[in-house]
Amino acid sequence: MQNRTETLLQAIQDRILILDGAMGTMIQRYQLTEEDFRTESLKNHPKSLKGNNDLLSLSRPDIIKAIHAEYLGVGADIIETNTFSGTSIAQADYELSHLAYEINFQSAKLAREVAEEFTSQNPQKPRFVAGAMGPTNRTASISPDVNDPGYRAINFDQLAEAYAEQVRGLLDGGSDILLVETIFDTLNAKAALFAIQDVFEERNIPLDPLEGGIPIMISGTITDASGRTLSGQTTEAFLISVSHVPLLSVGLNCALGAKELRPYLKVLANKAPFFVSAYPNAGLPNEFGAYDQNAQEMAAQVKEFLQEGMLNILGGCCGTTPDHIRELAKLADGFEPRKIGKEELAENED
Amino acid sequence: MKIEEQAMKDYLKLSGLEPLVFTPNLNFVNIGERTNVTGSKKFARLILNGNYDEALEVALDQVRGGAQILDVCMDEGMLDGEAAMVKFLNLIASEPEISRIPIMIDSSKWSIILAGLKCVQGKGIVNSISLKNGEEEFIHQAKTIKKFGAAVVVMAFDEKGQADTYERRIQICERSYRILVDRVRFNPQDIIFDPNIFPVATGMEEHRKNALDFFLATKWIKENLPGAKVSGGVSNVSFSFRGNDRVREAMHAAFLYHAIHHGMDMGIVNPSMLEVYDDIPKDLLERVEDVFFDRKEDATERLLEFADTVKSSGKKEVVNEAWRSDPVAKRIEHALVKGILDFIVEDTEEARQLLQNPLKVIEGPLMDGMNVVGDLFGEGKMFLPQVVKSARVMKKAVAYLEPFMPLPEEGKEDSSLKKILLATVKGDVHDIGKNIVGVVLACNSYQIIDLGVMVDAQKIIDEAVKNKVDIIGLSGLITPSLDEMVNVASEMERQGLKIPLLIGGATTSRIHTAVKIDPVYSGTVIHVTDASKSVPIAGESISEETRDQYHLDIKETYKRLREEHEAKQSAKQLISYAEAMENPVDIDWTAFEPIKPKVLGTQILDNLDLNEIRKYIDWTPFFSTWMLSGKYPKILEDPVVGSEAKKLFNDAQRMLDQLIDGKWLTAKGVFGLFPVQRKGDDAVVYSPEKKDLTLGQFHFLRQQGKKGKGVPNRSLADYLHPDKVDYIGCFAVTSGLGMESKLAEFQKAGDDYNDILFKALADRLAEAAAEYLHEQVRINYWGYSPEENLENDSLIREEYTGIRPAPGYPACPEHSEKETIANLLEMEKAIGITLTSSYAMYPTSSVSGFYFAHPDAKYFGLGKIAQDQVESYAKRKGISLEDAERLLSPNLAYTPAKLLVNQTV
Repeated sequence: MQNRTETLLQAIQDRILILDGAMGTMIQRYQLTEEDFRTESLKNHPKSLKGNNDLLSLSRPDIIKAIHAEYLGVGADIIETNTFSGTSIAQADYELSHLAYEINFQSAKLAREVAEEFTSQNPQKPRFVAGAMGPTNRTASISPDVNDPGYRAINFDQLAEAYAEQVRGLLDGGSDILLVETIFDTLNAKAALFAIQDVFEERNIPLDPLEGGIPIMISGTITDASGRTLSGQTTEAFLISVSHVPLLSVGLNCALGAKELRPYLKVLANKAPFFVSAYPNAGLPNEFGAYDQNAQEMAAQVKEFLQEGMLNILGGCCGTTPDHIRELAKLADGFEPRKIGKEELAENED
Repeated sequence: MKIEEQAMKDYLKLSGLEPLVFTPNLNFVNIGERTNVTGSKKFARLILNGNYDEALEVALDQVRGGAQILDVCMDEGMLDGEAAMVKFLNLIASEPEISRIPIMIDSSKWSIILAGLKCVQGKGIVNSISLKNGEEEFIHQAKTIKKFGAAVVVMAFDEKGQADTYERRIQICERSYRILVDRVRFNPQDIIFDPNIFPVATGMEEHRKNALDFFLATKWIKENLPGAKVSGGVSNVSFSFRGNDRVREAMHAAFLYHAIHHGMDMGIVNPSMLEVYDDIPKDLLERVEDVFFDRKEDATERLLEFADTVKSSGKKEVVNEAWRSDPVAKRIEHALVKGILDFIVEDTEEARQLLQNPLKVIEGPLMDGMNVVGDLFGEGKMFLPQVVKSARVMKKAVAYLEPFMPLPEEGKEDSSLKKILLATVKGDVHDIGKNIVGVVLACNSYQIIDLGVMVDAQKIIDEAVKNKVDIIGLSGLITPSLDEMVNVASEMERQGLKIPLLIGGATTSRIHTAVKIDPVYSGTVIHVTDASKSVPIAGESISEETRDQYHLDIKETYKRLREEHEAKQSAKQLISYAEAMENPVDIDWTAFEPIKPKVLGTQILDNLDLNEIRKYIDWTPFFSTWMLSGKYPKILEDPVVGSEAKKLFNDAQRMLDQLIDGKWLTAKGVFGLFPVQRKGDDAVVYSPEKKDLTLGQFHFLRQQGKKGKGVPNRSLADYLHPDKVDYIGCFAVTSGLGMESKLAEFQKAGDDYNDILFKALADRLAEAAAEYLHEQVRINYWGYSPEENLENDSLIREEYTGIRPAPGYPACPEHSEKETIANLLEMEKAIGITLTSSYAMYPTSSVSGFYFAHPDAKYFGLGKIAQDQVESYAKRKGISLEDAERLLSPNLAYTPAKLLVNQTV
């Protein structure tokens, strides 16, 4: 029997895999109150916990599972764990750093449960769980203090330690993939990659998925039309900076809609020696900060990159819903995935 | 061999903020070495004295001097090397011009290398590791470097010492390579060998082959170790000629020339200690090469002999003002690009004498320079504040030339320049954006005819015809200007104009242009998103080669947009106004008693303290006025626009000091707090003294979009008590009083930069004054939050209780409500603000709005509304449906009957 990594590697060669859509947008629909975020043991926690979405994996697992199920129901191959802010660093805002491992473990566990259910219903379409590792709310390359550009609110070692804890929780909970995402500072991402390598070494997991390692996905964020990450790197510089690990995929998510993402995705499609992923927002936020691109509009824009054979993994970020993912899944069905190896040709053409 | 075969197909790829890929086209890569405490006394002194600012300048000079990788070394006995490495690399990360290129972390101490690796986001190079302490340490270090994702320099050094012969060099390099590739699985492309450049012509027999062995070892490595690269520190080779720069420079050039021919990929070279190979005198070159290739028994003696005869050329100090010795045209270009005013008059005079004609100076060097500026701006290599400074230099030069110009002959005009007419439309008084577009276009060789603000349609058309302009550009900031633009366009059509019409300004949009303006004018109509776009658009729309196709393309695009919009409109779901009224904000009124303000009635604050007000400024919009996007204060550290943002911010602070000290403007505010009775979505305002005396009535609008369960259709009226007497406030502030004389001064001096800066600051002060006033009202006058104590950040994030929505903004987009506020507050009499026919406030730097105190009050956006609500609104306001539709035009979910008729004509 194939193990899960082999199954995944087989699937990604055959077709474009569909990643799920926004978690936050779906949670908003439930109009939750402070009470929903409090587990029994957090009854008297001094800080307000409303908005700490990752905590819902502990306090309202029913909701998180329902959302996972919605996305799997519309055709997602990969669901992301509810752990975007699951590091001890991000949880420090709520004074819940001590729950970081628990959040990651439980989130992965319940995502895996739902994924297994769907896989057993239809073994022809195996489903996978990607352990989501967000950027944290601090940057290792940028000073938060205008008057002291040399200052850093966080350093590499602190990030690597927090990420290692997250990785342990995600792996113990049963993640099939690790996904370092929404990277606005490449140094943070490098700390995450460093932590992953540390944990793999500690557990004797090979780094290369071809040798049976847990696949690693990386997804950066181009913040605006300057075409750079928040920490100032161009897309190609970002790619070069994370290429030391044999990744499953490299890609872009968040900040921009599909149309705006295209030129930067093209850089990856031309140059990356890995599979390429994209999960854009539902367009750009409107003047009120909401995303109002509907599923058809988004699909129409995404179609362009599928036609050009730029993608292997496709999904949605802020503002996307099961409607969007259903539409993307339908669309992707008609297109071939990108083939790795094209980059050498492209490079020589330059 | 698989990994090596793979490696041969690949390239060494490094990165800072930008990539550096060693493709075959990339020649020798130059590593900057002045930021090395062991190599540069000056840098060592700066670091030891903690003078990091100047140390950064050294790094910047290296980058500007062409360094493609920056070597950073802090190995110095008196220094905490780790701390210095971290501090310097962190500072570099904040300087995008420096951190653009990859970093080489240079140390003989492993702890310093580790500290450095933790600070670079790009893929850099570690310099260096070796087999000096055996395989175990070598493997451990290589594995760690691989985990960080860096390339590595490997010294030709092993347990027995440094490789000093050809054989030892290749033996150690091969052994190192095999360990790295086979056991560490290091990417062969990421291995860079340093096969030791040692001094030659030292007089010692064993040094005779130092250069030759290096060349041959380099060649061997490149042929036998697939993917690996070769690097070295070049200045070592001439060590024995210290003090004789002439010879050293020649030796460096010749060594580099041959090393590169043998396959050296990169090296540490001091560019100021380098002769051009072809310029080395033949006799000197011959003696140097004899030494390198060990071609003559007495090669060393012959070179020493020669060295005694040549005088050192002396140190070539690279002076900052070096550009002053360039030809005059280059100097003018430099001054324009850098925005330097100091020498522009003398340079312009020199050019005038040279060219014998002031016009030729403008059309020649000045215009050429501005074209360079325009190109750099277009490529995103210059930012708006810099361009405005360039324009200031240009204007000064032109002003100097004007007295020398021949008077134009009657009826004859300079026809070489294309003309663009710019105007802010009738009813609108905002002109910052228009002025910026004017400056940018002027930088790109367009002649700008600026008609100013509040210009009516006929004047625009008359001036356009009279001046034979090539383009008309309309600008507006408030929503009623959108309709005025439609009016101008339809008048242009009626009077037979064909020239392109550009539409710009904060409230304009592509969709509005497509749906409302494009159909009424048969000429080209283009929406311009920002100033930088104005240049290519202007070019394409009038160039003879492109304009016809462009016209067709843009018409087609807008037609498609219209069709899509129509389709969407019909799909967008609205509920009826009656249903919306049934779904208001759910407020538990039994638990809330309206809070009576401590002070009722109108208060005037007629000399607000600007020193206090400036603390309340929200700087983020200030930067976006200048097209620098990013949140303050983070924007100051932005890798792309940070340094310009910082300069701009400093200029702004300086001007703020001046404008406060010099009383360039005064800020005043007026507000009133009144009893109010809600009546449906209206609010009737009563006199605080006479209970039955009605002072006025506010009319609010309600969201009509279909909402999810539990989400209300909001109206501002919901925040007032449904039955009981409640309280409402309104206010107006201005900081635009008395600006004219200073503005006239700037305009006379042609100083657009300070003109725009001053207006932008006045706008910010008005917003800040509104913030300040609101706080005073919450804490003191109304007094419903007496304990409030919020930092400016929290104010900007609107963390206070209650809201102050302004007519014309999303919650209450209809501008004519300002008239009611104006009447209640006697705004003109109180603080001198008047309203235009389109309800724009004058002076422009003014803000007015409502105060709501209810703790559940929130800002929201109205969105689209249907005809039933518009009918109700017209009735409540006592105006015709047509007028209501005009006032609400941006929010209508339908096309009013009147417009439909017009479009079919």
